[in-house]
Amino acid sequence: MANLIAILAGVLCLFMGVVVISAKNPMHAVIALVANFVGLGVLFLLLHAEFLAVIEVIVYAGAVMVLFLFVVALLMAGTRAPQESRGKNLPGQVPLALAVTGVFAALVVFALAVRTVLVAPPPSTTDFGSITNFGRALFTTYLLPFELTALVLLAAVIGVVFLARER
Amino acid sequence: MALTVGIDIGKALLVIIFLQAAFGYLTLIERKLLGRFQLRPGPNRAGPFGLLQPLADGVKLLFKEEIIPAGVDRFVFLIAPMLSLLGALMAFAVIPFGSPVHIFGRLVPLQIAGPSLSLLYVFAVASLGVYGIVLGGWSSQNKYGLLGGLRSSAQIISYELAMGLSVIGVLLAAGSADLNQIVSAQTREWFVFPQIVGFIVYFICAIAETNRAPFDLPEAEQELVAGYHTEYTGMKFAMFFMAEYINMITVSALATTLFLGGWHGPAILPSYLWFLIKVAIFLFVFVWLRATLPRLRYDRLMAFGWKVLLPVALLNAIGTAAWVALVHP
Repeated sequence: MANLIAILAGVLCLFMGVVVISAKNPMHAVIALVANFVGLGVLFLLLHAEFLAVIEVIVYAGAVMVLFLFVVALLMAGTRAPQESRGKNLPGQVPLALAVTGVFAALVVFALAVRTVLVAPPPSTTDFGSITNFGRALFTTYLLPFELTALVLLAAVIGVVFLARER
Repeated sequence: MALTVGIDIGKALLVIIFLQAAFGYLTLIERKLLGRFQLRPGPNRAGPFGLLQPLADGVKLLFKEEIIPAGVDRFVFLIAPMLSLLGALMAFAVIPFGSPVHIFGRLVPLQIAGPSLSLLYVFAVASLGVYGIVLGGWSSQNKYGLLGGLRSSAQIISYELAMGLSVIGVLLAAGSADLNQIVSAQTREWFVFPQIVGFIVYFICAIAETNRAPFDLPEAEQELVAGYHTEYTGMKFAMFFMAEYINMITVSALATTLFLGGWHGPAILPSYLWFLIKVAIFLFVFVWLRATLPRLRYDRLMAFGWKVLLPVALLNAIGTAAWVALVHP
């Protein structure tokens, strides 16, 4: 049962990821990205990372993507959805895409071949991703990266306030 | 196994059917109460005391012509009302609406599912419901719809933040994000007394989240016609309507669970009736406020959310954290 859900969620994520980069209409790309985040949340749940799953949906699907929608809707207001963009490739687009795809395919084959090494052992307890364990790890083991991230975010907040005040 | 699954499906169906019926009669009660507030009788033609009015409205909406305006994004246009209703219905899945009962000789909790992070689940699902409004407004290719949708997304994001902070006090006091444990932590004392600040902030945010008066800016008739659902007809309009009312019931049920002791009450009535009574009180206050207060101006609404509610909720969370750490072991 859990395997079936994992496969369904994985297929959903992959399909929506492809839609994100192939959709002509930016609005459809945003919607696909939201569906992708929901699928990722399901995958986190299956890994017993409950808190991370819920936060993923609240923050990314629920808040960040709404801001994306906001921007896209305002920028597209009054314009028709773009229909054609075929035939205008970037310079060197095809060889570059093939090279990146080749590297990625090699990585996947390598990962499948040495699966026993790469797969992390399953969490021993089911409360592995509970709020308590998550908070404890964040404020003891990973305190320094956590505080550094907070500092970066604070710098961004101050930057926004500074830029907005000049107007 | 089969019996457990059967009971779960039965509970889910029961809750969904009950919510649909509650939606119908909530519209009638609202119109009746508004009528009384304005010294008129309200709807009283369909059936005794107008009791068949919701049925008449439902039949009317079902048989209305479904119009899809030219030039709309069909897929997004059709999926938007469904997303809206989906968010409203899914949130109810984790709310405990009564003490466990015995069915077929086994103890069945009156709650569809009880994950350990049920409080956060409600917020996650509620935050997805906003897509229905934004996408509905955007896809109808109508400037009133677009502006209504954008206003609503800005409003909901702003108030969601304060709402999330306001319940952190409850989470800290109960020591759990599981709604069942939050209810059982209130056996002796309801959280509305120690968490009065959190309760007030929560309730104001709940009104803004459900787009109800005096925060119903997304559908300000004078400026935006009907806002995001201007172009919707028939059952698709009804789904937006249903989502708004079911959201009202959900935020009331969550307020009851978090602050008013959930289904706890003196044993003279069954627990689910106590739950219903408490939710009904909140719903009455929703209608009362709509009949009493004029609509806020948009910039004041945003300023109120960010400059008043958010700091107050933050202070409340910090204060509760200090209290839990210092006084309460």
